[in-house]
Amino acid sequence: MLANRRLLSPLFGLMFIVGMACLVLSTRAGSKRDSANPKLADGLAAWEQVYSVLVSPRCINCHTATNYPQQGDDRHRHFANVIRGREGRGVPALSCIGCHQEVNAESTGVPGGPDWHLAPLSMRWQDTNNRPLSSAAVCRSVTDRAKNENMDGRALLTHHQEAALVLWAWNPGRRLDGSMRTPPPLAHEQFVTATRTWVEAGTPCPRAK
Amino acid sequence: MATYQLNVNGQTKKVDADPSTPLLWVLREELKMTGTKYGCGISACGACTVHLNGVATRSCIVPVSLIGNQKITTIEGVGADPVGRAVQNAWVEKDVVQCGYCQSGQIMSAVALLKATTKPTDTNIEESMGGNLCRCATYVRIREAIKRAAEQLT
Amino acid sequence: MQAIKPKNDRINRRSFLRVSSVAAGGLFISLYLDLPAIAHETTQEPPPKVYPPDAFVHVRSDGKILITVNRLEFGQGVQTSLPMILADEMDADWSQVVSELAQAAEVYKDPVFGFQMVGGSGSIAHSFTQYRELGAKTRAMLIAAAAERWKVSPDQCRTENSVVYGPAGKSTRYAELAERAARQPVPGKVSLKSPSEFRLIGKKVPRLDSVAKCDGSQKFGLDLDLPGMKIAVVAHPLVFGGRVKSFDDKEARRLDGVKDIFEIPLVNGSGVAVVADRFWTAKQARDLLKIDWDLSGLERVDTSELWTKYKELARTPGNVAVARGDDKAMSRIPVARRIVAEYEFPYLAHTPMEPLNATVRFEGSKAEAWVPSQFQTMDQMTVAQVLGLKPDQVTFHTEFAGGGFGRRAVIDSHVPREAATIAKRLRGTPVKLVWTREDDVRGGYYRPMHAHRVEIGIGADGLPGAWRHVIVGQSILAGTPFAVMMIKNGVDQTTVEGVSDTNYNIPNFHLSAHNPTVNVPVLWWRSVGNTHTAFVMETVIDELATRARMDPIAYRRKLLKPEAKKLLAALDLLDQQSGWRNSLLKGHAAGISCHECFGTAVACAVDVSIENNRPKIHRATVAVNCGLAVNPLTIESQFQGGIGFGVTQLMAGGAITFKDGRVQQRNFDGYTPPYIVDAPVTVDVHIVSSTEAPTGCGEPPVPVISPAVVNALARLTGKRYRSLPLASV
Repeated sequence: MLANRRLLSPLFGLMFIVGMACLVLSTRAGSKRDSANPKLADGLAAWEQVYSVLVSPRCINCHTATNYPQQGDDRHRHFANVIRGREGRGVPALSCIGCHQEVNAESTGVPGGPDWHLAPLSMRWQDTNNRPLSSAAVCRSVTDRAKNENMDGRALLTHHQEAALVLWAWNPGRRLDGSMRTPPPLAHEQFVTATRTWVEAGTPCPRAK
Repeated sequence: MATYQLNVNGQTKKVDADPSTPLLWVLREELKMTGTKYGCGISACGACTVHLNGVATRSCIVPVSLIGNQKITTIEGVGADPVGRAVQNAWVEKDVVQCGYCQSGQIMSAVALLKATTKPTDTNIEESMGGNLCRCATYVRIREAIKRAAEQLT
Repeated sequence: MQAIKPKNDRINRRSFLRVSSVAAGGLFISLYLDLPAIAHETTQEPPPKVYPPDAFVHVRSDGKILITVNRLEFGQGVQTSLPMILADEMDADWSQVVSELAQAAEVYKDPVFGFQMVGGSGSIAHSFTQYRELGAKTRAMLIAAAAERWKVSPDQCRTENSVVYGPAGKSTRYAELAERAARQPVPGKVSLKSPSEFRLIGKKVPRLDSVAKCDGSQKFGLDLDLPGMKIAVVAHPLVFGGRVKSFDDKEARRLDGVKDIFEIPLVNGSGVAVVADRFWTAKQARDLLKIDWDLSGLERVDTSELWTKYKELARTPGNVAVARGDDKAMSRIPVARRIVAEYEFPYLAHTPMEPLNATVRFEGSKAEAWVPSQFQTMDQMTVAQVLGLKPDQVTFHTEFAGGGFGRRAVIDSHVPREAATIAKRLRGTPVKLVWTREDDVRGGYYRPMHAHRVEIGIGADGLPGAWRHVIVGQSILAGTPFAVMMIKNGVDQTTVEGVSDTNYNIPNFHLSAHNPTVNVPVLWWRSVGNTHTAFVMETVIDELATRARMDPIAYRRKLLKPEAKKLLAALDLLDQQSGWRNSLLKGHAAGISCHECFGTAVACAVDVSIENNRPKIHRATVAVNCGLAVNPLTIESQFQGGIGFGVTQLMAGGAITFKDGRVQQRNFDGYTPPYIVDAPVTVDVHIVSSTEAPTGCGEPPVPVISPAVVNALARLTGKRYRSLPLASV
């Protein structure tokens, strides 16, 4: 799914250049210029909102740094020795899609979406001890086109707006006991708005502490 | 209740079932194909493993409404395939089974492994067979049988 | 003679009955042999009973020899090994042998325990001579028939591969002699083969049930399908002993296919039964029930509180199990040479792969039951009692079981009891009761939780000079018919076995036990008390060996009583076969343990490293002294598997725990037995050559593995592991 977004939109070149410039400003110059640049300040604030979604269990459980996905709001290791495999899709006989169908299986409590898989290790948002990375670190990784499958700001926005597995987080289905899975802390619409603000501000990243 | 046309082991089977019913129970109770086993109902033991379009799938958690026209292969039909036949033969040759209850699932997983990996290493075996429980712990012989089947197939 | 050949050689009793009736036109000749009398079936005079329930051997006209197994087959391989024993003495053609599991009947009771059962690792140990004699008697009758026909003396005949050979080149196949043989008197005493004459016993004979278990055709209890059958599930109270106050089934009854919903009494408390056409409907309907439970007056178990209580109890002596030597010896040993070790063992569920089930059909004056049962006699009696029948009015079929490990040997027969209770209300309708995995994990009948406290005073020679040992854990047998025999001086012998009968020579030895009452049903779990006692003994002994700077095998040899010959021989064989201990890879360590139980001595060495904070067991070498090895292939499998089963104790998720009286696990996601990655990569099994009577092989592998593994870990980390499950290394 990430791979589908590799093509840059030529119509978005200007935004891209502005975005990159801001990115350079934010990462090089850091937050001391925030107050001097209201757009940057808004962008950074928006990023924190985006970040709160990315590190919520519905997203981060499949952005691990280990060789396995997590599950549940307590983000425990996925049961039954499920592992990442070469392409994040498990291994033969124990693949993600061997359980996770294209949609949620409500009667059996198994979540599903198209091409269910783990994010690549380059997009890990946790350390190897399963602690979420800092806002700055996640932001750097999300905006690093060498790691993010070459997505620019616009592509990131589209990804957050449309990607099926991203959308799944707001339709996570029922647990085995019939209760609803916890969605991310923002509504999808708010998430997209925050992403747009952040992208328009040039995808600024907070300075690493 | 709804009617489904399922493609099972190359044959079309018509079944009436509640859409929420897992494939496992449709196979066992509607089609009387009891080789596929119920062990946990939450995809944690692998006893219910079948192939859906060749992908080893835990039939206990996939509602029949999601099957569509995918090709279902079960333990009863896997012997028609050369890899399936080789795995079953290796299982008998190595006297793998004890109680035997999990072995349909073990065999279905082993077939999926060998179709993807012709010469599996111990690590490949541990990873791919990693979700199939055997309380009799026939694991040592399962490893041997998979290696034996791989030998036979090359 | 026209032979009737069934489609499938592995005929079960039901299909055999059909064959019989088809054959009633004069085509089917067979021999049934039972003890002490013979029943026979000929074409001319139809037998009074269609199938004598007390038959062991059936020589069919098509040459097939059907041998009935008086026990449950649940992986241990008796469906192959017992027929081997009989066929060997009978000189039967093994390729023609078919075996089947016996119904419940007096004649099939365990010759030692006196009721029909599998347990105590006794299948071969108890029925070896029985099956040999049955085979020898059948052979004698076939010879007598041939001798009568040829008008020669039986001494002039010999047998081989299902053929009797007489003088002057005469020969006849067993199948042709069956009818005449059935009229011969059963010999009172027969001579048995000498071991040198065995053709099957002692050989690696492959299992008879392999093919059916690899192509999906083997039917287990849960696979049973009868015309008109309904499926039942039961909502059990979440606290043991809870009772239904009231329940609302309006939503549940709306589901298409729900037949009935009603309260049923349980062994302890009550539950709500849901009966439906299909399993999924029954389960969904159960999920929709709203039940108000009466939990008043029930103990709400809390695991952490229970640990506190158990550890306190362990610091005071309990009822004395063994007191030997000088009680004051400890006080004379300097404190610096004393070790105090406290151990914790959690509740463990058996979780056989095939969930528990029982099918019952009640027809007023009779009933039929189909149960994968380790305790046929008890289960049949229970079904009869619930239905107001006599046991012999209940035809009780032993179904193949997907594992058991003790869980299908329940003295109160609670699963068949529930099935019968439900079937009673649905008279005429077969009802299959299914316990879901959640029911099983939460349903009790666990290996009891235990605390041990051991204080050892070490003598100047490095050997234990004084030993005080307290064990705390629920009694498995209190309140059962076994209590009379098995509770001595207030101590359940299954709590202390493995310590009370230790083979180590410990001069001043005091062992006592507390058997507290807790609101959790408990049960034997493959190898029973030895699961925890061997762990304590073998880790403590290992610690002593380390302190004495002695090789762990040499230390054990030195400490074992000279009369522990079986165990000493096993240790010697282990020593010979584990040369790899001298060339371990970096980061690996070897661990040793040995233990004797159920008459069988086992010594074990493991090669262990640490991967992802877990023990990785690269290899286990096992030396077994089980007397005569009837089927070395089965023994190898039992030991490989038993070793793997024993790893359950070490799993991070290998514990059942309680909070507010409720089990905190629900399925394999919370209670996690070993997967392939957790079990040893290889297990090489070496059998001590012996002609002594065969002893058990089902349980003896289990106790040795976990102490061997933690003994290896101790060498890697310097830590001692005394609390199970092994949360981290």
